[in-house]
Amino acid sequence: MNKYTFFEKVFLYIAILIFMTFILLPFAEMFYASLRPLDHLFRSPYQFYSDDLSFWAYREMWNTVPMLGRYIFNSLFLATCTALITLIFVIPAAYSYARFNFPAKNFSLYLLLAINMFSGAVLLIPLYKLLKTLGLLNSYQAMIVPGVAFLIPTSIWLLKSYFEKIPIDLEEAAFVDGASRIQILRHIIAPLSTPGLVVVGIYAFIGSYAQQFLFAITFNQKKEYMPIPSGLYEFIGYTSVKWNEMMAASLVGIAPVLIVFLFLQRYIVEGLTAGAVKN
Amino acid sequence: MNKKYNAFNSPTFLAYALIAPAAIYILAIVAWPLIETVRLSFTNSSLAGEEYIGFENYEKMLSSKKFNKIVVRTFVWMFFSVTLKLIIGLIGAVLLNANLRGKSIFRVLIMPPWVVPIAIGMLGWLWLYNGYFGIIAGVGMRTGILDGPFGFLAYKQSAFISTIVADVWVGTPMVTIFFLAAMQGVPKDLYEAAYCDGASRWNRFYKITLPQITPVIITMALLSAIWTFNSFEIIWILTEGGPRGATTTLIIDTYKMALGNYKFGRGAARAVVVMILLTIFAAIYLAILLKINKKVSNE
Repeated sequence: MNKYTFFEKVFLYIAILIFMTFILLPFAEMFYASLRPLDHLFRSPYQFYSDDLSFWAYREMWNTVPMLGRYIFNSLFLATCTALITLIFVIPAAYSYARFNFPAKNFSLYLLLAINMFSGAVLLIPLYKLLKTLGLLNSYQAMIVPGVAFLIPTSIWLLKSYFEKIPIDLEEAAFVDGASRIQILRHIIAPLSTPGLVVVGIYAFIGSYAQQFLFAITFNQKKEYMPIPSGLYEFIGYTSVKWNEMMAASLVGIAPVLIVFLFLQRYIVEGLTAGAVKN
Repeated sequence: MNKKYNAFNSPTFLAYALIAPAAIYILAIVAWPLIETVRLSFTNSSLAGEEYIGFENYEKMLSSKKFNKIVVRTFVWMFFSVTLKLIIGLIGAVLLNANLRGKSIFRVLIMPPWVVPIAIGMLGWLWLYNGYFGIIAGVGMRTGILDGPFGFLAYKQSAFISTIVADVWVGTPMVTIFFLAAMQGVPKDLYEAAYCDGASRWNRFYKITLPQITPVIITMALLSAIWTFNSFEIIWILTEGGPRGATTTLIIDTYKMALGNYKFGRGAARAVVVMILLTIFAAIYLAILLKINKKVSNE
């Protein structure tokens, strides 16, 4: 194939730079703002240069947002629980879809995709009443129970394609040799599908982190259960927002999910786009 | 085939038993609430209690000028947002598909808007849009485009545009990644043949890449439409539907009615409208998906 000329290269890099600026500017500016003293931020018009950058806001934010540590813990706790519970429901279902033929198989698979499209917002009213009846409002469960439901469909699709990659011959051979289904599950399926389980688990973890606003502000009013997005949102309504500390707290709050993503980004992107590429 | 093999392959009961937990969970948390929403829409349900009132909620809703405006606004908002996502996503995918040094890093760097919780990203955008101290107003003032502080979220038109831009920012990474994956799936020999025939780079894109990835473009257009239609956090955090209702979409209106005012019945009527529209989108999406799959398996 033909190589790019020098000018084509320059053009491409400039175009990529513009594209990347659009994508990353908010994060860059959040980080920059978190390093600057408040009186530099509150200068109009915007000052591009600050000579006294420091990590002061990262220390001070724990005082301004007294429960910040708790919010971060809540976010991690909620995301971990949601991901694990999702896996418990998804593993048997995905295995079944990958291995068995049964009536209404394809229909129910597509139905799952359709369910995915009804966002939580439409269902909030009955869910609110349901959680109220069950006495689950203002608790961790209030956010986990609906959260899991909306992660199940995509997770089944993702894990199903992983299970399909495990050669069925292995299972058949073991079955013919007299192994029980439980033994097959423990000695063949479980070890071979670990990478797939990790990816789906991470997907559910990131997905659950993303959910932590709508359900959190609707079903939970108690500060001690708030995840970081709804916890910080409370402070934005104040008349004098300490923006440098808000930005610092936001960045610290999203660090776990960014780190997890960075380590596993290749698998996640591959898994999510697998369906599209096949077509 | 021996008997044991058959017994292994088609125990329908076991298959259903394995799916049952997930199915029951979804029925309880998604399907039942959907039905319950329809029922509630015929009542005047509130915190005080509920009573059957027939179509009154619907009559009130459909005869209100405000509601009609909200429906139109939702579609205008969605149209601009989806179109921009597709165009920027396509350009982004072409750029990241180019065989350049550093392309694998760029591919990771476009993902943060998708990975980070939308609510947190929007806190960042709130600061960017700040009329006095934000960087966008700052650049505008320093270059003379703006002659003073300008609150992007304080005026009807600029708030409308600003929420669209933020929504495009959130949605573009997914679109880009899907387009990129599709482009990489295009058979290489097509390009080589075209290159040997002397086709220019633009021609190769227009005549090979674009037709080859059209199914993915259509799929993403519909998926983005559904995601955009459902978008709640972006508008809620940036404007709460204001100023003076300028960014109130159907989802925001439903939320305000139901959980801001605790008028469950009237909120449910709005949710039913949302459900009907979403069902139409979903049906079109699934029909296209099935058609594409059939075409692929026939080839």
